[in-house]
Amino acid sequence: MKHLLSTGDLTRDEAVLILDTAGQMAATQAREIKKLPTLRGRTVVNLFFEDSTRTRISFETAAKRLSADVINFSAKGSSVSKGESLKDTALTLQAMGADAVVIRHQASGAPHTLATSGWTHGAVVNAGDGTHQHPTQALLDAYTLRRHLVGAGGAQDPSGRDLDGLHVAIVGDVLHSRVARSNVQLLHTLGAHVTLVAPPTLVPVGVEAWPCDVSYRLDDVIDTKPDAVMMLRVQRERMSSAGGGFFPSPLEYTRGYGLDARRLAALPDHAIVMHPGPMNRGLEISADAADSPRAVIVEQVANGVAVRMAVLYLLLAGGQTPVAPQPNPNRSAE
Amino acid sequence: MTTYLLRDVSPLGGERTDVLLADGLIAAIGAGLEAPQDAVVVEGAGLVLLPGLVDLHTHLREPGREDAETIASGTRAAAAGGFTAVHAMANTTPTQDTAGVVEQVWHLGRRAGWVDVFPVGAVTVGLAGERLAELGAMADSEARVRVFSDDGKCVHDPVVMRRALEYVKAFDGVVAQHAQEPRLTEGSQMHEGVVSAELGLAGWPAVAEEAVIARDVLLAEHVGSRLHVCHLSTAGSVEIVRWAKSRGIDVTAEVTPHHLVLTDELARGYDPIYKVNPPLRTQADVDAVREGLADGTIDIVATDHAPHPREDKDCEWAAAAFGMTGLETALSVVQETMVDTGRMTWADVARVLSTAPARIGRVDDRHGRPVAVGEPANLTLVDPAARRVVRPEAQATKSVNSPFRGRELPGAVVATFLRGRATVLDGVPCDDDVAATR
Repeated sequence: MKHLLSTGDLTRDEAVLILDTAGQMAATQAREIKKLPTLRGRTVVNLFFEDSTRTRISFETAAKRLSADVINFSAKGSSVSKGESLKDTALTLQAMGADAVVIRHQASGAPHTLATSGWTHGAVVNAGDGTHQHPTQALLDAYTLRRHLVGAGGAQDPSGRDLDGLHVAIVGDVLHSRVARSNVQLLHTLGAHVTLVAPPTLVPVGVEAWPCDVSYRLDDVIDTKPDAVMMLRVQRERMSSAGGGFFPSPLEYTRGYGLDARRLAALPDHAIVMHPGPMNRGLEISADAADSPRAVIVEQVANGVAVRMAVLYLLLAGGQTPVAPQPNPNRSAE
Repeated sequence: MTTYLLRDVSPLGGERTDVLLADGLIAAIGAGLEAPQDAVVVEGAGLVLLPGLVDLHTHLREPGREDAETIASGTRAAAAGGFTAVHAMANTTPTQDTAGVVEQVWHLGRRAGWVDVFPVGAVTVGLAGERLAELGAMADSEARVRVFSDDGKCVHDPVVMRRALEYVKAFDGVVAQHAQEPRLTEGSQMHEGVVSAELGLAGWPAVAEEAVIARDVLLAEHVGSRLHVCHLSTAGSVEIVRWAKSRGIDVTAEVTPHHLVLTDELARGYDPIYKVNPPLRTQADVDAVREGLADGTIDIVATDHAPHPREDKDCEWAAAAFGMTGLETALSVVQETMVDTGRMTWADVARVLSTAPARIGRVDDRHGRPVAVGEPANLTLVDPAARRVVRPEAQATKSVNSPFRGRELPGAVVATFLRGRATVLDGVPCDDDVAATR
């Protein structure tokens, strides 16, 4: 694995390796001293063309916990309208010696372009590109699903196992969602069954080729007792005619597709509620659902750091050095 | 003026004969012609002689974007591709929407001397789609404009389109429509379907083209005008045009070389060299346009040669410009997809790349003529047995955005003659000879 561009590029074994490595990383994070020396002397650039404080600080935390040097490069606005091109930005970072570039970009495929253009020699990690992919989000979702739903509901170590037989409903704006695209491919690779739930206007033409089912009715899907429901963020502006007029009103959306108290109660006891954040409380998810014991939304954030540590470790250290050397009693910790 | 004797050539792929070019005309045809003194003899065994190719859809970029192409470089590329006439699209800066600008383009084309340049006039002022440009002034200008198009943009307002269709009847003009419903294609990046769904690129649905074509053929029927459909790209569009022709509607249609061979699968690598408008479609669409071209539903092949400077393609997909070059690969692509597959003869190639486009553009008094004694010597000599690997840097066009880079294509232009003068000989542009005509 040289880059992480799309979950569609991952085999089952590669995906399980990332999840297992994330598990080891998470174990080190329970220690008092959380920092590992693994990537000391390596430089990770967070290249963000689009605002995303949560994703950026998650990657920044992950890289710092591995002792990498971190450069945050925020280049808001499109490369064309705001001056410097993606190419020149990449060449600049290459000249500064970036070992890995974590890129968030509003244009689908920009990480792919960066990885294949020869503009940078470092590993490229896609931190979200347009409406295409957000692979570390899907990996942290898979990690969270596995922790809760595989191995007797978290009682046993799920290492080495995939998500075989789980049923996951992904609900909301599939059309514009890189989270949905990434999860459909990854969860399918890991053996789970995915059902996408959305109003027909928010399902892409061409979805029939995806390895999942599609439903227009959330209540019908909840009746099938899914093991997890993942609620996607829906932007309110999508209802205006300027925003595309995808649905008539927020209220109608919430009635049809919101996870309210009634639907929450209809879920099987073991089911978990997920959301990639940031949430629109009252639109796609009610406070009842967001704050319920079965919501794992905050845990997803914590798992994001472990998963991103695993990805940076596997890409930059190639899995060659141990994840977490036992603390040497003769050496003081950093 | 040099006299040329083309020995043992096959006019339209037929029986071998000799063809003598003198004083700008085809002076004699017949086996065993004697070479006059001073005549240059071109050995043509195995070569096919075609009427000079006519492109109804070329972007020469001048005035305005001389960094991408100039009239001189674009017409030199056209000659290298076997063309003797090109129609220069109106989306220049300033727009070709006045008699002054079309005459400037016409004069620059004459001065360059590589091919006849026929400027296309804009339908609406500034291609804005709001009010008609002075179509009559452009028609009456020295450029004698007969083809009008807002290409790059669609004349989407049905009333404006109706008026344009009606108005150009006064001077036997034609409206060449870039069929793209703008609301259905806001922000669109590629064909809407399985590939766009996976890549997360905003879709350009087939219906956005087909709906406009359907409306326009009905408008043309209603007002009794002729309509030309630019770069038709979908199976549905072929069916609509076929239906319209069966009703007797006066419609013609074109397909580009790239839509005859490339599909949306090429977008998977996010290489914007494959970003074009209308977008590359599916294999089913490719099959349908080939069939439509073979059965005459589609009248012509036109290049939509769209050069762009390197930086406009050396970037992320969404930031890149739409378009690809085509003048120097068009004939080879037609040979590969239509001739070598047995769908068309060389006579059919002469029809779709010369006779029919000349007739649609109303330049058929000079171009797209039969290979016969007394006709103007606008001719192209092709070696169908040649194979070549496309190297954009080696092409005559100023830009390198060819989607066929590295691809081996059949066929090569050996010679091009414009009114009896060689513009290309031995596959090489005749820079000195053409300069001498200026």
